[in-house]
Amino acid sequence: MGSREQESRVQSPESRVKTQNSEPRTPDFFGQAVATRDAYGATLVELGKKNERIVVLDADLSGSTKTGKFAKIFPERFFNIGISEQDMVGTAGGLSLTGKIPFASTFAIFETGRAWEQIRQTICYSYLNVKLAATHSGITVGEDGASHQAVEDIALMRVVPNMTIIVPSDGFETKQVIEAVVDYEGPVYVRLGRAKVPAVMPADYRFRIGKAYVFNIGNDVNIIAAGIMVSAALEARDILSKEGIDTGVINMSTIKPLDTDTLLAVAEKSKLIVTAEEHSIIGGLGSAVSEFVSENHPVHVKRIGIKDIFGCSGSPKELLKLYGLTAEDIVKTVHEWKGK
Amino acid sequence: MTTLINSRDIDFLKEQARNVRVEILKMLTESGSGHTGGSLSAADIVTALYFYKMRHRPLEPKWKERDRFILSKGHAAPLLYAALALAGYFDKSLLSSLRKIGSPLQGHPSSKLLQGVEVSTGSLGQGLSVANGIALGLRLDRTPARVFCLLGDGEIQEGQVWEAAMTAAHYMLDNLCAIIDINGLQIDGRCSDIMKIEPIAAKWIAFGWHIFEIDGHNMEAIVNALDDAEKIKRKPSVILAKTIKGKGVSFFEDKVEYHGIVPTKEELELALKELGENGK
Repeated sequence: MGSREQESRVQSPESRVKTQNSEPRTPDFFGQAVATRDAYGATLVELGKKNERIVVLDADLSGSTKTGKFAKIFPERFFNIGISEQDMVGTAGGLSLTGKIPFASTFAIFETGRAWEQIRQTICYSYLNVKLAATHSGITVGEDGASHQAVEDIALMRVVPNMTIIVPSDGFETKQVIEAVVDYEGPVYVRLGRAKVPAVMPADYRFRIGKAYVFNIGNDVNIIAAGIMVSAALEARDILSKEGIDTGVINMSTIKPLDTDTLLAVAEKSKLIVTAEEHSIIGGLGSAVSEFVSENHPVHVKRIGIKDIFGCSGSPKELLKLYGLTAEDIVKTVHEWKGK
Repeated sequence: MTTLINSRDIDFLKEQARNVRVEILKMLTESGSGHTGGSLSAADIVTALYFYKMRHRPLEPKWKERDRFILSKGHAAPLLYAALALAGYFDKSLLSSLRKIGSPLQGHPSSKLLQGVEVSTGSLGQGLSVANGIALGLRLDRTPARVFCLLGDGEIQEGQVWEAAMTAAHYMLDNLCAIIDINGLQIDGRCSDIMKIEPIAAKWIAFGWHIFEIDGHNMEAIVNALDDAEKIKRKPSVILAKTIKGKGVSFFEDKVEYHGIVPTKEELELALKELGENGK
């Protein structure tokens, strides 16, 4: 989306390992391990300075969703609606009808679950220019437990016509996603996380809505991942490649509309596709990929995700292990498929 | 683009309300389904909005400074369509396509399909939040336009209405005027039997609103309340309009069963006669 200042800096995807956790902070979050919610909050402030049409709404969680930063600098363009997500979504819809670009934030489960029908009826049916940027998606919410861990949000949003769904993988991508959705006219759901995530996207990466990023295509296995699972997929690829299994990784950050051109090209090369997401295996990325390949280029698909159960309390790291969302789990899945 | 010449002439407004009712009945009989009672109960209110109070341009529906109307009780779509057609947003002949395949006149209003509809409604309880958002946006832009939102009395059983009521008062939205069409009936029966909503006035006062209590069929009272609401500062206003469901046709009035049933051809003929449409 337009020319950007760091265009000149080009690095290979592999350089991400070296730049991990590097200081000082770069304004675009490249190479930094940050929570996507932090990148979101900072980007909102930056965009708010340039674009007066941007307004932000929250439902009493602005400290956690990081919209509080925008609120401090632009109090007249920030609306705390209190603990009433349905009203927040409707109010955002109204603001969009006066030409504003509203970002409405709360935790993913309350945004997509509590306010689902408002999103369907008011926002998507009317095709309103509202950006639903929800944080605390998936089980890496951690200690708060299942009530606060959205593992169904992508499924809930995916069934609604007119909705665009984006799941950024790291801070660098998040910043670009937020910039892109400002320029896009229509409803968008951006899925953000609470926990710090490793940087995965290369310096020359430029996000485009509906365009997957291909790290590489493997001739045996391709892992199609989104969000925090992209880093696990890259780790798994390194392990599998050493074993002689030619493995590729694709970051499918836009889940709707799905990048079917890339998906078809990947399917044609694959003996196995593994999908990896921090979401239920029902209705999310795994379902979207399965639906497309089964209709257009049937290939064996294995889904890594939450297996139709609720989350629980624990540290993010422990939970990822418990629910089978690590690189080792991806490797194990490929091994099981090979062993057949 | 010229602004619609609106009038405060009560006789003119009464005649327009009659015309609106005639169109509602005709289109409902033609479509064979739709919501008769709640369209007729709010006909005087909506007439006063479109032909007196609201600054709007039917030929320039997206005019930035227009006053906005949100039909939160979206099932009264025939009423909105009749008002829009008579105001000149589209040709009256389109009204006969109500609820038919391919028609922009959906069973409940769709803003993507029909000019003049600000937002799609139909699922109850959502309109006031949207009205709040518009009011906030207009205030940010320092646009003097006002927002009107029509709700049903049964509709205020929805929790979101009260979330929105809090928000409007918290943000002191004095450019917003809600109107409750208190016809006392909902699909399953009398509101008082299904889920008690009284005391309605005390609720809105407690939520921080300025209230007006009027007879929702007295055109002079409606017009005065709409004028007075504009003078209330630093808080939102709500007009509690006591109405009769099915108003204007004696055999539909205050009848639960005419919430979602349309007049037969024979009933239409009798109804039009009552409305003085003989031989027209």
